[in-house]
Amino acid sequence: MTFLKEVYAVAWGDMRFLRHNFLSILIMSIMSPILYLVAFGYGLRTGSTDIGVSYVAFVIPGIVALSSLSSAFSSTSTRMNVQRLYYKSFDEMMMCPLSLSAIVVGKCMLGLVRGLISCGLLYAIGLCLEPGDLVLSPLFILCVVCSCMVFSLLGMSAALLAKSHQSMGTFSSLIILPMTFLCGTFFSVSSLDPVFQGILYCLPLTHASQCIRAAALPEAIPEFPWISLVVLLAFGVAFFLLNHYLLKTRKV
Amino acid sequence: MMDDDIIIISDLVKKFGEKTAINGLNLRVHRGELFGFLGPNGAGKTTTVRCISTLTNFDSGSVFVDGIDLKKNQTAAKNRMGVIQQQISLDKDLTIRENMISHAMYHLIPKKERDAKIKELSDYFGLEEYLDKPVDSLSGGWKKRAAIVCAMLHEPAVLFLDEPTSGLDINARRLLWDVVKSLHAKGTTVFLTTHYIEEAEALCDRVGIINHGKIIALDEPKKLCENVGNVAVEYMVNGKTSYRYFKTDSEAKEFVSGLSDMTNVLIRATNLEDVFVELTGSSVGSQK
Repeated sequence: MTFLKEVYAVAWGDMRFLRHNFLSILIMSIMSPILYLVAFGYGLRTGSTDIGVSYVAFVIPGIVALSSLSSAFSSTSTRMNVQRLYYKSFDEMMMCPLSLSAIVVGKCMLGLVRGLISCGLLYAIGLCLEPGDLVLSPLFILCVVCSCMVFSLLGMSAALLAKSHQSMGTFSSLIILPMTFLCGTFFSVSSLDPVFQGILYCLPLTHASQCIRAAALPEAIPEFPWISLVVLLAFGVAFFLLNHYLLKTRKV
Repeated sequence: MMDDDIIIISDLVKKFGEKTAINGLNLRVHRGELFGFLGPNGAGKTTTVRCISTLTNFDSGSVFVDGIDLKKNQTAAKNRMGVIQQQISLDKDLTIRENMISHAMYHLIPKKERDAKIKELSDYFGLEEYLDKPVDSLSGGWKKRAAIVCAMLHEPAVLFLDEPTSGLDINARRLLWDVVKSLHAKGTTVFLTTHYIEEAEALCDRVGIINHGKIIALDEPKKLCENVGNVAVEYMVNGKTSYRYFKTDSEAKEFVSGLSDMTNVLIRATNLEDVFVELTGSSVGSQK
């Protein structure tokens, strides 16, 4: 019970921040996924896919996965980076009697909530565009929640490791941007060379894309990739432990 | 362990790579006193506060805060401390009230108690009209006051103020001195780090002077001056200002009468800066 109270205490300020900036955050969250949808879904129009659904129905879950990455990662990393390096308010929190686990989980709530808003809005549009193929199920929601949480934890790791705002930009350019386009969001990873596939399966977004797509298109993809979900959760645990370690050893 | 010592630091060592920031520091701060921690830039003042406030892990030694061993029970020790950092560390995306609520929530203070405490302390520090304003709409001095309220919400036994008046204009500085005095008058132990000599002289019951990570003098300001000599003589030798210290006025005057060049000679009371110069051979603020 105390743990949950601590998580709430840590997340409270970030939720107030979200409330103060709700409209701009909403617009920013949905803008790039819609642009991707228009550009890749309708602009390129590649007809039907090898799993028997239209390309738009195929690409929407991929863009949902991509949104979970970009929204969750950027919300957590940007706010924490500012709080840690510029406001110094992160230090204030570290001096308070909160458990490190509660700090890690609490600081990821902003990314989780913003990721869910972004993914939810995009998927609502997707359900209107492709009502025949796309499905909203508890498994889909679970996959999106896991994906947002994993990328929010990754955002926290990036913010804790960053020595400056510049190094955050470098991390985004070298890690996040390539993941955005390559990890099975706009195309099937299975269509690539096996060596390249092996590299992409080392990245969490590949597993998030596979899980979210399979949960969104249960008729086209009858076998849910449970291993990918386990791998995605393992990434989450690894990022959680890394954040905990960085805070415990004060390597921040 | 003496019950009237609220902070006990023994053989504290902190290194950053090859550089030793704190070099076997030993210090005891009495309960209820206003303790001044004085030293030049880079002497180890802020690092000491960061070690005590758990922001930085130390390499060896021990720190007890209100009888609690920092290495054994950080959570309990954190509950006994309030810290105001050198740089204003409020969340600028939130209002003053939201910052205060956040701090109270970090200490798991129940809502009713929290609201009453915020009202009481904001009234006391004259912050009530600023509560719902963004942080950046306040001047530096008022932001410091808000930071003090945040640090006081959980009623800490000891309050750390790390260079609280750094960067403030003289009026804001004097206002903050009044705040510090009033906290002390209420019985709060205050640990004040500063490199402003006049601040330490005006406020502190006792002063510890730190240099190269070690305490080099520790006593009441008046006694530290007495040890050097109550009367200082400033005079010029070959275009350079020199200093001599004497126990009495008559000794100082006798020394001055023997000087070949009587121009630019000043006889005055010894201050803490003189103590520092005498002990270290350099002036406060000159080191890095």
